[in-house]
Amino acid sequence: MVEKKVTVKLKTGLQARPAALFVQEANRFTADIFLEKDGKKVNAKSIMGLMSLAVGVGTTVNLIADGKDEEEALSMLSEYIQNEA
Amino acid sequence: MPKVRTKDIIEKFNLELISGEEGINRPITTSDLSRPALEMAGYFEYYPAERVQLLGKTELTFIEKLSPKDKEFRLDQLCTDLTPAIIVTRDMEIPEGLIEASERESVPIMRSGQKTTRLASHLTNYLESKLAPTTAIHGVLVDIYGIGVLITGKSGVGKSETALELVKRGHRLVADDCVEIRQEDQDTLVGTSPELIEHLLEIRGLGIINVMTLFGAGAVRTHKRISLNIDLELWDKNKTYDRLGLEEDKLKIIDTDITKLTVPVRPGRNLAVIIEVAAMNFRLKRMGVNAAEQFSNRLADVIEDGEHEDI
Repeated sequence: MVEKKVTVKLKTGLQARPAALFVQEANRFTADIFLEKDGKKVNAKSIMGLMSLAVGVGTTVNLIADGKDEEEALSMLSEYIQNEA
Repeated sequence: MPKVRTKDIIEKFNLELISGEEGINRPITTSDLSRPALEMAGYFEYYPAERVQLLGKTELTFIEKLSPKDKEFRLDQLCTDLTPAIIVTRDMEIPEGLIEASERESVPIMRSGQKTTRLASHLTNYLESKLAPTTAIHGVLVDIYGIGVLITGKSGVGKSETALELVKRGHRLVADDCVEIRQEDQDTLVGTSPELIEHLLEIRGLGIINVMTLFGAGAVRTHKRISLNIDLELWDKNKTYDRLGLEEDKLKIIDTDITKLTVPVRPGRNLAVIIEVAAMNFRLKRMGVNAAEQFSNRLADVIEDGEHEDI
């Protein structure tokens, strides 16, 4: 299991569209991926759970991955939410 | 992050804030309350300062009888930097000296029109439910014939689709995708939806739909006690699934065990009907009728009879 603290730099935060993209990316990996904010942990492969956290720009979240391709998943997803575009 | 602050109980119980306004953001960490009667008599050895303090008629009339010196000293002791709230009940007068003491330590003093015992029981109930241990689970919670069924399984296995079919059949959706669970007391798990995604379902190909506006208020509910877990998984040829229903699997959430059934998913299997029947069968078992066990006993009897005939 690997864990990484990431600060969200996406301008709109994880708004509906970016969240959908994030989930789509997450679903390409076989590892179980979770995102944690303020002690609330949700499955990063589920869009509703992710959106229920209402992650804004500048928030620090904890990304957790567990499985065969965990390292890859973590670097890919953290790069995505740290992207400013 | 504290779950309850003094201002929450002011709002919830309509309390009149008398003084110590700076302290209304203090956290309340325990559901225990304190009626500081012995403290008013001068015994502060075990004063539970972190609890909400209730001053009722008995305490207040006693305070009035104290000498001015004792009164000042004890009321001062009552207000600490930990005390989340001091509530005066029955709309009684606030004792002189308490307001000054409370402003010094910024302890909120509130007043309520209710009787002390009544307020105490309401407060305890409220605090217990707010301070209960919580967790969040990836799954869907549906109320089926009055049984709270938590449907779990990997992403994309068809949880939301099954929930939609269940709603169409007249059952009620509580939460989709992310279920917040509170353990209210031993053995009671209550599930709710995160506020932001209440009433919503996400269906691949359709997107987000609102179950309440589509199906009406009867198709949703805000919270439900969880009694049964149905775990959906893709049919695994190498795994043996329960054929009899004699054994019971359990899922542990916080400290509570709930019955768990693993249902394999395969095209052509109508999951909504299977889950509906599982809920009905679960109710039947709770009423004392266990079809699998009855059958097993009958079979044992017949086998035994056969053996006797052979002799």
